[in-house]
Amino acid sequence: MRFKINNRFKSLFGCLLIVGLLFATPSIATQQDSVVAETTAEAPSTEPAGVEAAVADTTATEDAAAETATVSTSSSTSSVSAAAEEETTIDPQVYKNFTYYVLLFLVVCTIVAVVLKVISIYELTRKMNGQYNPLANNNIQATLFIVFLVLFLAFIYYGYSVWGAWAWKPAATEHGKDIDTMFIVTTVIITFVLVVVHILLLSFSYIYRMRLNRKAYYYPHNDAIERLWTIVPAVVLTILVLFGFFTWRKITNIPEELQKSALQIEVLGEQFMWRVRYPGADGEFGKRNYKLTTGTNPYGIDFNDKSAWDDVDGADIVIPVNRSVRFHIISKDIIHSFYIPDFRVQINAVPGMTNYFQFTPTLTTEEMRDQLNDPTYDYVMLCNKICGSAHYNMQKKVVVVTEAEYKEWLSKQNKYFNDAVQKEFQLSDNKESQDLSTASLN
Amino acid sequence: MSSTVISHGAAHHDSHDHHHETFLTKYVFSQDHKMIAKQFLITGIVMAVFAMVLSILFRIQLAWPDKEFPILEVFLGKWAEGGRIKPDFFLSLVTIHGTMMVFFVLTAGLSGTFSNLLIPYQLGARDMASPLMNMLSYWFFFIACVIMVASFFVESGPASAGWTIYPPLSAVPTAIPGSGLGMTMWLVSMFLFIVSQVLGGVNYISTILNMRTKGMDLWKMPLTIWAFFLTAIVGLLSFPVLVSAVVLLFFDRSVGTSFYLSDLVVGGEILPNEGGSPILFQHLFWFLGHPEVYIVVMPALGLTSEIISTNSRKPIFGYHAMVYSLVGITVLSFIVWGHHMFVTGMNPFLGGVFMITTLIIAVPSAVKAFNYIATLWRGNIRFTPAMMFAIGMVSFFVSGGVTGLHLGNAALDINLHDTYFVVAHFHLVMGSASIFGMLAGVYHWYPKMFGRMMDTKLGYLHFWLTFIGAYLVFFPMHFMGIDGVPRRYYAFTEFAFMEKWVSVNLLVTWAAIIAGLAQVAFLWNFFSSIWKGKKATQNPWKSNTLEWTTPVEHIHGNWPGEIPTVYRWPYDYSKPGHDDDFIPQTTPFSETMSSNLPHDFEGNEEAIRIQNEWNKQNNREIVE
Repeated sequence: MRFKINNRFKSLFGCLLIVGLLFATPSIATQQDSVVAETTAEAPSTEPAGVEAAVADTTATEDAAAETATVSTSSSTSSVSAAAEEETTIDPQVYKNFTYYVLLFLVVCTIVAVVLKVISIYELTRKMNGQYNPLANNNIQATLFIVFLVLFLAFIYYGYSVWGAWAWKPAATEHGKDIDTMFIVTTVIITFVLVVVHILLLSFSYIYRMRLNRKAYYYPHNDAIERLWTIVPAVVLTILVLFGFFTWRKITNIPEELQKSALQIEVLGEQFMWRVRYPGADGEFGKRNYKLTTGTNPYGIDFNDKSAWDDVDGADIVIPVNRSVRFHIISKDIIHSFYIPDFRVQINAVPGMTNYFQFTPTLTTEEMRDQLNDPTYDYVMLCNKICGSAHYNMQKKVVVVTEAEYKEWLSKQNKYFNDAVQKEFQLSDNKESQDLSTASLN
Repeated sequence: MSSTVISHGAAHHDSHDHHHETFLTKYVFSQDHKMIAKQFLITGIVMAVFAMVLSILFRIQLAWPDKEFPILEVFLGKWAEGGRIKPDFFLSLVTIHGTMMVFFVLTAGLSGTFSNLLIPYQLGARDMASPLMNMLSYWFFFIACVIMVASFFVESGPASAGWTIYPPLSAVPTAIPGSGLGMTMWLVSMFLFIVSQVLGGVNYISTILNMRTKGMDLWKMPLTIWAFFLTAIVGLLSFPVLVSAVVLLFFDRSVGTSFYLSDLVVGGEILPNEGGSPILFQHLFWFLGHPEVYIVVMPALGLTSEIISTNSRKPIFGYHAMVYSLVGITVLSFIVWGHHMFVTGMNPFLGGVFMITTLIIAVPSAVKAFNYIATLWRGNIRFTPAMMFAIGMVSFFVSGGVTGLHLGNAALDINLHDTYFVVAHFHLVMGSASIFGMLAGVYHWYPKMFGRMMDTKLGYLHFWLTFIGAYLVFFPMHFMGIDGVPRRYYAFTEFAFMEKWVSVNLLVTWAAIIAGLAQVAFLWNFFSSIWKGKKATQNPWKSNTLEWTTPVEHIHGNWPGEIPTVYRWPYDYSKPGHDDDFIPQTTPFSETMSSNLPHDFEGNEEAIRIQNEWNKQNNREIVE
């Protein structure tokens, strides 16, 4: 009995909700409220605009009450008056829209509830007529798994062909080509496994769905098969591991003479920008000491070291093509990550230590643009380690040019040891010598 | 020892009424494993809903980076001024979403619930080894949750350095506002949480080792128990390391030490810290952090094993292999943490070693997946909602697991580290898979927990919307990652190459919203069925394990009389020669003469002799 009453209440509530919405619809046609018109324009096109505005209208009285409530709170609480003021500036339409979506969701819930009720009534009548198949639901779910399998495979295919094409660009560095080969080999293997496993998993679910008067096959183990599917993955993995290990060593373990002969560039990460330092004519970076950081010397270069005097401040990262470049990655404040997707290059910038990444670009920016058929394309280096509010925009343009263009560009860049720094350096130098003399006196 | 426990419990039970249970001792400070399990579950569900709402908030930001949603300002105030989520708050959202999901939902909510519920039930114990510790475990967890949620009410906002809280970002409040009081609360919360895990873990292990009923030797335990056992061991060995990481970070922040800090100039200010190493934190963190993902996924695998076997009406294929692969995962999980740090500047040779160990761990995982499929083969599959979720779990475990071959490979990781590829990978393999394992468990053991059934149709609806939704959300992210889109980016608007992904983000966000709303079907189903669900029978799934021999109504001590004795392994489904398609563990072999196999007697010659005699008398031939 209790069940019945309860049920009636639910359906009554649902009916009321729908009827209310229907009634509200025509009333809005006469309304010419500009605010309403505005929001209907913004409303998603899939929704009938009239209904939305109608709901907004029917709930207007409640919103008015809510509004007055917020006003009263703002007057009563003086300490947070600023916050309250912000609240009052919120357009009442916002509340209306919100209520509308909540109501819409409730309607969807009601429809779902009604559909489920209809199904259960249908099942009950089948039961009464003695036609009910207790496995009907089971069969439906099994069939859905097969439908899902087809859709899933189509989805994978779509993903690979459309999004895969968006995502995939060949690497523009030497070591990047090895990585790409390995990536493709791995992807082929895993795609094969993914597809086969899903075909087996979902088609077995369908084929072996429960039937009356059938018993499952008692099959607790088969050592031969188990050994087989331990050994096969192990062998495949061994191949991948070796392949990967040697590639990784090749990338990270560079002989010392090659390290020295490479072009050296230092990149310093800080919130939320990158600074680039070229060693200048002497090929050596001046010493850096974070304690020397000042407004004019944000890099913290120690200008007592004379090799710092010709260090070049690069506006962008510009590197010559087909020449090995060794990047020294450091950080001023927190951990950042030096990441150039097109080059398959990434290493973290960690405060207190220097990380290195050496690679050889093989395509100039121009060549890449031609290849992609995109005349505005640029390589970009971006921060890939969470570092704060502007993490999402911490970038530096990377340009790969010919050797001649590189030399020309480099000659146009500013030096870190500029006029302002020189002046300050001389001042501090004098002061320091004074300090030293007083110290020695003491 | 165990016999004294039994007789004590039994005697206790006959005079049941002298127990005075107040509301407080029954529902709040309960020491009963069944109630604690429900407490863990409901707290876990609340946390999951909270974390899911956070995820939808940041998905909204990612899909419509230029659009204003004034309603957000109503709820979030200054964090969404003008209806747009602020970058700092965005980072808080991803941080707390990750923390809550990994620790509160998938660690405490999953293994807290089902270890507590099933360990005593399936082993035949009256309760946990230490009910008091069990209660404390829940309350420490609860306080941890409260503190974490409370950090949203702090002026500077909740922690926002990512769930991995790498210092110096998490250590220096001037670097990001969330590293102020919010971060301190995160650390305190995590400390309490670890205490909870250690209390729980000690309890699970000692219960499993000491309190099994008569006949329940280790090789007769259901795979769920094996999974909880190994999970507890992993947790007990790795969580204390996180304590040290957390405490040292707390010192760096609040006492002025320099364990993790050195050479910092933050916001133009030169900090005095010297000699620390941020990499040290990462080693300590990932020494827990990697085992943690197995802490999350192993219970889900255990639950799935049990559910797939029960509903396929077929023994789990390769029971021993399943156990050994869990053991393999347990051992290997401790020596792979370095694969999170390939590009941090860790010694590259070490990176190579970690890469080898990491890829080895794929072998036991693959064995598990194949064994599940072999279990389905020639089964008689009954699609309860629990079974649907279990199949979904296997699907996610495979789809997410295979991309581990990319990420575990140091050379490939150079380009994929910290991109959306990683996000896709772990959300499928440990996020969705574990959530599905947990939901499968909830649907399956609901009758045991609440004595009522959940609605099947709503369960199906919930499954399909969530299953399809999860794939639509996470699958496209792989491609963003391959293109080099980093995770934790507030907007994709600043880079030309990312603009094409905004359309995909729209798809992902809509899928997330719909899948999120679909959870209402679950919540409604879960909470309304507590009072209004159909009354459950004692063994609704025709299952073999011990928990289904207890009465539907919960009683103190689980079994009204003596604890049943166990005679056989838990997977005798559809055994040829037996009338029913299941034989509970409590059925002695003497009652199933027509279906016994020589293998069942484990070399007991007397039993084999009796069986052979019976076979001769009844003209039974055994075909194996």
